[in-house]
Amino acid sequence: MLNDFLLLMKSELVLAFILFLLLILKVGKEIRNERLLALIQILLLGNFIFGFFFIESGSLFGGMFATNGLIAFQKSIIGLGIYLISLLFSDWLKKSEHLPEFFILLLSAVLGMFFLISSGNLLMFYLSLELATIPVAAMANFDLDKKISSEASMKMILSSALSSGVLLFGISLIYGVTGTMSFDQIAALLDGSSLQILAFVFLFTAFAFKLSIVPFHLWTADVYEGAPIAVTSFLSVISKGTIAFILLTILYKVFAPMYALWYNMVMLLSVITMVVGNLFALRQQNIKRFLAFSSIAQVGFILLGISSYSNEGTSSVVYFVLIYVFSNLAAFGVAGAISQAAGKERIEDYKGLYQTNPFISWVLALSLFSLAGIPPTAGFFGKLFLITAGASKGNYFFIAVAALNMIISLYYYLRIVRAVFMDKNDQPIAKINLDPSTKLGMIICTAGIILIGLLSWVYDYITTLSI
Amino acid sequence: MNLTLLILLPLLTAVVILLMRSSVQVKWSALIGASAQFILALILFFTFRKERALGNASQMLFEIQYKWFPSWHISFHLGVDGISVAMILLTAFVVIAGVLVSWNVEKMTKEFYLLLILLSLGAYGFFISLDLFILFFFLEIAVIPKYLLIGIWGSGKKEYAANKLALMLMGGSALVLVGLLGLYFGGNENTFDLLLLSKMKIPIMVQKICFPLLFVGFGVFTALFPFHTWVPDGHSSAPTAGSMFLAGISMKLGGYGCLRVATYLMPEGAREYANIIIVLSTIAILYGAFATMMQKDLKYINAYSSVSHCGFVLLGIGMLTKTAIAGAVMQMVSHGLMTALFFAVIGMIYERTHTREVNEMGGLIKVMPFITTVLFIVGLCSLGLPGLSGFVAEMTVFMGSWQNPDPFHRVATIAACMSIVVTAVYILRAIGQTAMGPINDRYLSLQDAKWNEKLAAIILIAGIIAIGIAPFWLNDLVTPAAEVIMQKVAGK
Repeated sequence: MLNDFLLLMKSELVLAFILFLLLILKVGKEIRNERLLALIQILLLGNFIFGFFFIESGSLFGGMFATNGLIAFQKSIIGLGIYLISLLFSDWLKKSEHLPEFFILLLSAVLGMFFLISSGNLLMFYLSLELATIPVAAMANFDLDKKISSEASMKMILSSALSSGVLLFGISLIYGVTGTMSFDQIAALLDGSSLQILAFVFLFTAFAFKLSIVPFHLWTADVYEGAPIAVTSFLSVISKGTIAFILLTILYKVFAPMYALWYNMVMLLSVITMVVGNLFALRQQNIKRFLAFSSIAQVGFILLGISSYSNEGTSSVVYFVLIYVFSNLAAFGVAGAISQAAGKERIEDYKGLYQTNPFISWVLALSLFSLAGIPPTAGFFGKLFLITAGASKGNYFFIAVAALNMIISLYYYLRIVRAVFMDKNDQPIAKINLDPSTKLGMIICTAGIILIGLLSWVYDYITTLSI
Repeated sequence: MNLTLLILLPLLTAVVILLMRSSVQVKWSALIGASAQFILALILFFTFRKERALGNASQMLFEIQYKWFPSWHISFHLGVDGISVAMILLTAFVVIAGVLVSWNVEKMTKEFYLLLILLSLGAYGFFISLDLFILFFFLEIAVIPKYLLIGIWGSGKKEYAANKLALMLMGGSALVLVGLLGLYFGGNENTFDLLLLSKMKIPIMVQKICFPLLFVGFGVFTALFPFHTWVPDGHSSAPTAGSMFLAGISMKLGGYGCLRVATYLMPEGAREYANIIIVLSTIAILYGAFATMMQKDLKYINAYSSVSHCGFVLLGIGMLTKTAIAGAVMQMVSHGLMTALFFAVIGMIYERTHTREVNEMGGLIKVMPFITTVLFIVGLCSLGLPGLSGFVAEMTVFMGSWQNPDPFHRVATIAACMSIVVTAVYILRAIGQTAMGPINDRYLSLQDAKWNEKLAAIILIAGIIAIGIAPFWLNDLVTPAAEVIMQKVAGK
């Protein structure tokens, strides 16, 4: 029993161990930020690598907690993401007065996410969702001297409280209908009665809030703009990825009997989300708001893959999130480096960037091409597989709309590329001296963007897991 | 011969260019890489001929298949037939000429050559892939280098032109994508493999929906009317080598795709929509020719005439006879060489006179005899003088078109023929005004072509004359492959 416990919950245990270590370090003697950050980076790297060992599948606590190869891989993606965040934003983190607190909050949120992905019961699901949300709201307030940061935090708390309320209502309805909280048993008891549909809609609304699916996206841009870039990147990449993973489980396992019902809804929401996200992204001037809306559009593509209800859907969504971690974090990393060094966050400030900073310009361009889905970057494969999975149900009209959306998104991604490479500027952003670890993070991201797509075994590995 | 070399060689060149420090090193490594490609393409051509002469009659030669994303039934499947070999030869000619012509680029030399080489990588990959997924992959690889080439090194309304080109081409590939997915799920087995799909019976309904998607999607690349609007802006704003690649290689990707993917895989769809293709391509031929008459800028003249000339490619495909399809391929090769040379000459003139307005030039033959001679050759090729490649290719298309006995095809053929007269008018006028007449005093001190420009022009002229004087080798190369396509279209 203890052995099982240790093995199956090993990712959570390692994370909790790091968390407590930080807590002790915080209470103890003052350590310089540079050394502490280096230690944290090493620990997070260790955590990521350790994720690939001792992978077992099984469940604990009467089905409350379940894990298998795919879930372990999803946790590895999250582990990779937080490692990259600790690298990419090291300049900002080093200057922070509350470095240990930042990581304590971040790791608690990640712990919540791990439990969330592994949850096999609605109660566990709700609990871990809260654990994954509330620390992030505190993190959003981390630019302590900026008013806009607290505003972002407040908006996030309010919107997630609302979505939690809706979620709880949905859960209570499901419990009322089926008399159970366990995922497996619910799936067996669903038959598509109208009360069940109502419960499902409430449950899905909560997901829509967290994933910022249109029309529940309104909080996204403000929160992204106000929060520090490191937190924005965490919110837009790691949080979204996690919610997409658990949405896969909920839709494919729990609500499988109602597939015919949710297929149309997911497909429609996917297209609306893409269109709205893209149209709003067209006119943004602030890079963080811009990336916020582009991430809304990306969620539309994720929903397209989810709508296929097949193993291909699972594997293409997981694959896409993996690619998304690299590409979006690289874009945020560049934005963060520029904002930290020059204090500029507007797209027009990026004009002429290539003249002074060729390296980060290429990183930015590659990440944007990957987000736009241009080969040979990995984003091309990710998007294409999502679209192919979505097309397997034969709904070509929506697929055509998705393909056209790729053109709109290309337009606005090219806007930044154009500013960076083509537009002239008398006073471009001065040469930025990158921190070595930031540079390492960007190199890892670039390598990921180029290689994950071309090396087909990464996808094959995910496929073997998702059967 | 291993076809992956055609992809690995540009890749290696790109890596070497990245490692180089000074711009001289970059230029020479690009030139060496392009020459190696050229030699490789020639080797491919001769080994292909040898194999065929030895009686190897399989549809595709030098096939290779590697596993790549097996769960989506994708494989890295390469192979060539006569049409692909012709296109690869064309690409190799244009690439080496483009590298030579850009010898004077001093702004971000490394990036410039890197993008040129990446573009050639996309083109080679596209022409040798036998799997629709990697075909699409290489098609899209070539879009962004074009965007950056125009936007960074271009002139005039370059940002506008670059954006328009990238978005229209991406729009085209979005249509291609939907069409490909239709093929993938429409057949009785999910596959992207071209040869497997060609043996499959694809339902008529799927063909009726997917054929226009694929044909129009690829058609955007090859200036199908009314999706040709990116051509004049893109070509005229691009730097010299950019225009050469754009018109010489990139527009041919579309024609090849229309033929190899749309027409070959969906014969019923092709027969269904053939008349619409003919109407659109005839409009493009005539409209392009008349629009050229109005142009004063040399690059615009060649850009609009490219619309007209590429119309012949689509006309040949739409006519659905063996000769016409072979003619379409020959027109692709001929137009690729000719238009690349034309843009190269325009670039040389512009570098010296700093204007492209025909009215402001005159008498250039007195100061730059070599360049103006090349201009004469390319102009005559464009208007279809016998002995040069343009005549051979257009003649084959017309002969193929005339094989259809009904009035509709005859009328379209005659209408298309008329464009030749218009072509003669605008070409002779343009080169007459540029080369002949009194010379402006400003131009008296101008120099003639340098070694790199001479070499580039000679290489392309060699190709044009080789096709013009002895068209048999190209015809022998292309016709058997065209016959395979026609057999499928005729339903035998």
